[in-house]
This record gives sequence, C-alpha cells and structure tokens, in this order.
Amino acid sequence: MSRRPGARTVVAAIDQGTTSTRCLLFDHDGQMVSLTQREHRQHFPRPGWAEHDPLEIWRIVQRIVPAAVRDAGLEPGDVAAIGIANQRETTVVWDRATGRPVAPAITWQDTRTEDAVAQLAAAGHAEEIRRRTGLPLASYFAGPRLAWILDHTPGLRARARAGEVLAGTMETWLIWNLTGGPDGGRHLTDVTNASRTMLMDLRTHAWDPAMLRLLDVPEEMLPRIVANTGPFGTCAEVLPGVTVAGAIGDQQAALVGQTCFAPGEVKCTYGTGAFLLATTGERVVESSHGLIPTVGYHLAGQSAVYALEGSIAVTGSLVQWLRDGLGMIPTAPQIETLARTVEDNGGCYIVPAFSGLYAPHWRTDARGVIVGLTSYVGRGHLARAVLEATAWQTRDVVEAMVADSGIALTGLKVDGGMTANHLLMQFVADVLDVPVERPLVSETVSLGAAYVAGLAVGYWADLEGLRRNWHRAARWEPTMPAERRAREAEHWADAVQRALGWDTR
Amino acid sequence: MPGRIQSLERGAALLSLLGAADELSLAELADSLDLPRPTVHGLLATLVHVGFVHQDAATRRYSLGSAVTTLGAAALDPHDLRSHATSWCDSLAARTRAEVLVGMSDGDAVAVVHHVFRPDGSPQRLRVGERLPLHATGLGKALLAAVPGAHRAGLGLDRFTSRTISSATALAAVLDDVRRRGWATGVGEHRAEVGDVAAPIRGAGGLVVGSVACTGPVDRLFAADGRPRVDVAAAVSATALAIGRAVVAPR
Repeated sequence: MSRRPGARTVVAAIDQGTTSTRCLLFDHDGQMVSLTQREHRQHFPRPGWAEHDPLEIWRIVQRIVPAAVRDAGLEPGDVAAIGIANQRETTVVWDRATGRPVAPAITWQDTRTEDAVAQLAAAGHAEEIRRRTGLPLASYFAGPRLAWILDHTPGLRARARAGEVLAGTMETWLIWNLTGGPDGGRHLTDVTNASRTMLMDLRTHAWDPAMLRLLDVPEEMLPRIVANTGPFGTCAEVLPGVTVAGAIGDQQAALVGQTCFAPGEVKCTYGTGAFLLATTGERVVESSHGLIPTVGYHLAGQSAVYALEGSIAVTGSLVQWLRDGLGMIPTAPQIETLARTVEDNGGCYIVPAFSGLYAPHWRTDARGVIVGLTSYVGRGHLARAVLEATAWQTRDVVEAMVADSGIALTGLKVDGGMTANHLLMQFVADVLDVPVERPLVSETVSLGAAYVAGLAVGYWADLEGLRRNWHRAARWEPTMPAERRAREAEHWADAVQRALGWDTR
Repeated sequence: MPGRIQSLERGAALLSLLGAADELSLAELADSLDLPRPTVHGLLATLVHVGFVHQDAATRRYSLGSAVTTLGAAALDPHDLRSHATSWCDSLAARTRAEVLVGMSDGDAVAVVHHVFRPDGSPQRLRVGERLPLHATGLGKALLAAVPGAHRAGLGLDRFTSRTISSATALAAVLDDVRRRGWATGVGEHRAEVGDVAAPIRGAGGLVVGSVACTGPVDRLFAADGRPRVDVAAAVSATALAIGRAVVAPR
C-alpha cells in the first residue's frame, strides 16, 4: 500500500476505560488498523472505595498513542484527528500550576458518597435534581464525588474559587494534558460527560447554579461544556499538531459506534455490567420507570440528540463470580459449555443484586438471591440461570424504555465481550421477542470516539456515510413460544421481588 | 533418519489394544504382544503414571485413562476457542468480504463452532452447530492433514459432487500438499459452486486444535486458474496464526 506522509489517512481513538486505556486507529471504512493498550492499577483503600491514579493513566496515554501510530507504520501527520471515549462519572481534581492531582481519581464504582446522597434524599432534593439534571439521586454520578473531595481536602474550596485547582471527568483531564497541561492546556468537557455529573441542566447544557449551590461546588473549577465535536484544541505533545476533535462518554460512544442515530434505535453493550441506550431524538424523554435521560450525542452546529439509558450493574461480573467465587468454570466462555449440558434452568433463577439493583428498580436495599432450588437443580441449571439473569435484566430495562418513550423495540444491536456467548444472545432474542444483531466491528466504544472526531474535521462527511460502515456479523432470531416467555417472565419478576429489601441496615 | 524407539512403539501398541477393548488383564496384553509379562508390567506402570492408562483397584485390569480422552483438540473448549477467535475472524471477514467459519474436529466431521456473516447486508443464518465433511471442505482438510494416516483409514469418503475426492490415495496426496503449503481448499466438493480456503489453528506444542476458513462462491475466492486468491490465502493463514497465539497465551 503506497501512502503519502501527512495524508491524514486514519483517525485515532483513545478509550480510557475502567481497567485499561487503549488507542485504536481507524480508516475510512471504519476498520481498525492498529491497537495498543495498557492496564492501570486499581486501588481499593477501603471497602466500597475504588480509585485510579490520574497521572498513571496520563503516562499510559503518552506511551500508547504514539505506539499505535508507529505500529501501523504511520507518522503523527497521518492522523486526521483524535477522539476520546472515557469511563464516565470518574472524577479528578488537580492543581492548575503543577498539573498534579490533589487526590486520587474517585471512580464510578466507588460508593463513598452514599451517605451524602442519602442526606440529599432525606432533605427532599430528589425531585428537584431529577427535574434539573434528569438523573435519579444515586451515588453513581460525578458531582457528589467532587463535593466529597472538596469536603475532605482542607482549603480546597478557597483554592477552587481562586482558580488554582481544576476539576473534571477523565476526558477533561486528558484534553487538558494533551493540549499543554500547565502551559495553556484547554479546560473542557463534552456534553455527554457533563450530563452525568448531576451538575448540568439537561436542557440548556450549562452548569446549573442551583445544583452548584446544593453541592457547594465553585463554578470556577469546572470545565467549559462543549459539543462532542469540540473544538478541543491541538496536541502540544503525544501527537504534536494533531487536533483533539472529539470527546464522548463511553456508552454514548458505543451508541454512535453502533450508528444508532434515529429515534428508536437501541444498542446494548454487555461487559462487567450492561448499558442499554435508546436514541430518543431532539427532545428529552423523561422517565417514570427508572431510566436515565441523557445526552446521546451533540454535533456542533446541530441540535443535541438525547437518549434514554438503562444501566445494569451485574451481568458479566456474575459469570466471573461463578468462575472465581464458586470455581464452577475454569474460564468465563465455558459457562456456555456448562449451560448447554442441560435443557433449561430447572426452575432456578438468580437475581444478581450484589450491590443493589440499578435500572429500572434503583434499589440499594436489594441483595442477590437464588430461588427455586430443589435437589434436581445442578451446576448446569445454575449456569443457565446466570446467563438468563442478564437477558431478563435486559428485558426489564427494555420494558421500562418502551413504557417511557412509546417506542416499540424492533431489534437490538449488541456489542461487548458477552456477545461471543451464543446461548445468551439467543436467550436475549427469545425474551425480548426481537432479532438481536452483532456488528462486525466489536470495538464500538473506540469507533464512536473516532466517528465524532472524524465528523468534526470532515474525515467523514455525515452520519449516513457512517451507517454504510455498519455490517452485521451475526443475527439471532427469537424462537421461544409466547406462553413460555410469559410464564418465565412471571417467575423472574417474582424472583426480583424476593431480592428487594434484603439489606435493611 | 533417527532410529525408532522400541518402548514407545510397545506403549503405542498397548494403547491401541486398550482402545479397542473395554478392559484387559496383564496376561491378555502380554500374550497379545508376545512380550514377557514383567516388560509389559513396566510399560503399563509408566502409562498409568502419566494418566494414559487406568488400572482398576479391585480387578487389577487395565483400561484407557482419562488423560487420553483429553489429548489434542478435545482439551480445548469450543467456547474458549470462539472467544479467542472472534475479533480475528471479524477482521478477516472485513478484509476479505467473505463469510468466516471456525471448525473443530467432531468424530468423522468438522463441527462449526463460530461463524461470521459475509459483510454485505444480505440475509444470512448462523451456521454454528453445522457438521461438515472432513474430506470435502477446506475447513475439514486443514484438520485432517494433521491426523496420522493410520487414523484416517476408517474415514468414509462420501461423494457429494463430481469434484469430491473419494479415493484414499488421492486424498493422501492432497493432504500432503496441505501440510506443505500450510493451507487447504475445498472447491465445489461438498456443494457445487461453493468453496473455502482454510488454515489449521495450532495450539500448545503445535497441536492442531481447530481450523478457520473463508467460505463462499468459488468464483469469489478462487482465481480463474483454480488457485485461491493470493490475498485470501495469506489473510486466512495470518488469522489462524493469530488465533493460535491467543489460544496459547495465558489469559
């Protein structure tokens, strides 16, 4: 393949995830041409706490991005733009002059703000927060984490008001460092990440003064909110001269990577947990069924497109529990082997409410239950019940979405590691009663980050062009008889009831 | 050529005898091989030690041990293989614009354990679970080429089309070619007009654990001279290598 240096032939995506940071290069067809990745350390200093070292993550970015370009035989001038996708709701505060974090990053898995959030609920703020930010009052979001750091670092609020310290989620931290850090780094966030802070007005896309007052967060420390297509500035290092043209939260990135641009298009990403997002169009669809209205994507110069999100805490991690906690399978994929040793679940249902239930229930007092045990139930049935729990949780979220939006589900686009499990994908199709499709490019998060960056610089012309890059790699058709689906759905709902209210501390 | 090792040959003969029977006594095994009982006892003790032979504690009779049944491809779980293969097969399908299959040996057939659709938007059906003939597909021949000749003797060579290889001699010659080139083809031998280009996936120690193929209309995968398109054969071989490395690498 011949190429001219500086031909801007690829777009680079940085996927700053929970366990690792990856850099992928994509060509015009949306095909991956290079991948580098590196894991970072997980710090769990106390039960319920989960932290990352922001400097370690920044050093990893400095290393893997040039390596991805080198591995593909390219030079920085060949990169048309950089797009960033990131773990959402993970919060960093750093010193503007030195670039040093004032505390470890508090990650989205961290539950230390539970008490503060409970106090807000007790003071009757839940409805106002939902009305302004769209978010249910939960320890899941970034704003209370920022307040926690401010509350627990002496003198920090005063320094924040004086403009000496800056705050942000992971994309903000990386953009600031890429564009110069202490020497003129740009302090920016994108609207999808900002919509997960509990500090942004979901309709105006500006920091909400009432929310800043409520959590006592000085606005001086917050980044400016811009569209997913920026502009974010130019790299001062890593790939000097290349434009940082896109930033987007990871689940919204997967929505874009799956090209779910039209209202009613739905994707579900199956990983440790699962995240189902449905595009709802240019207006906010409020949820009365426990879903989160969120910004799906916003291209500069166009109207923002909203989405409804259903977050499921435990899906793949239940398989890991069967492997590591119970030692019933040597590897995660072998759950399919074990599950296929039996015809059905033997009457057994598992509700994996390990740390409460997320959407659509949002019950922190729920704990996991295994119900329907008889002497007939064996390892194979338990393996089935583990897989089925993921499918039933998906159905619960889909039913909430249909009830909120009035959009009938006609198909589900899936991605993530669990899509290699055909028994599970078939069961998802069966309980949803719609076809389930997997795309050829499984790296939908990185692809979505590349797409917004590529759209920003004209590497891709429009959304329709991106749709032509989507190809079906597999499709599962529903085959379950309606009466069996109805009967088992009832059993599942019954099992969920038994999980609620267990943890009554 | 280095000399053959007599005790290995005798051990193999013992395993063959036990494989053909449920249980045998020391006397029966020694008589069958016309060897002194102490010699056979020593060989059996070693085979019991490595798990290839089991001795019943009560009857003192011998049978095949569990380690024999987990030898080779059977030791790899098909769902582990699919998990390792998925992203590599996706990129193979994207590059070649062809349907991709991953197969594992399943008795007298190759079982499809993973399938990626041809990326052209046409309606297609998942083929996982299909069993294809070993001698009439590239996917099967890539597996068969690694099977010792003696073990191929019982293979039925059913004829599906006028191009199916139905003589053992002709098949042996084709498999020699497969071993030399590192890839296998099927050209309208199972279904007319359908062909595939396949390569073996090698796990630990070079053992063939499965095969991967691009499959589709013969005129899409093969040039006019009947040889596979050069880019397809290279891409399939590279994919097989990558999957093999993923299988061997610790998770």
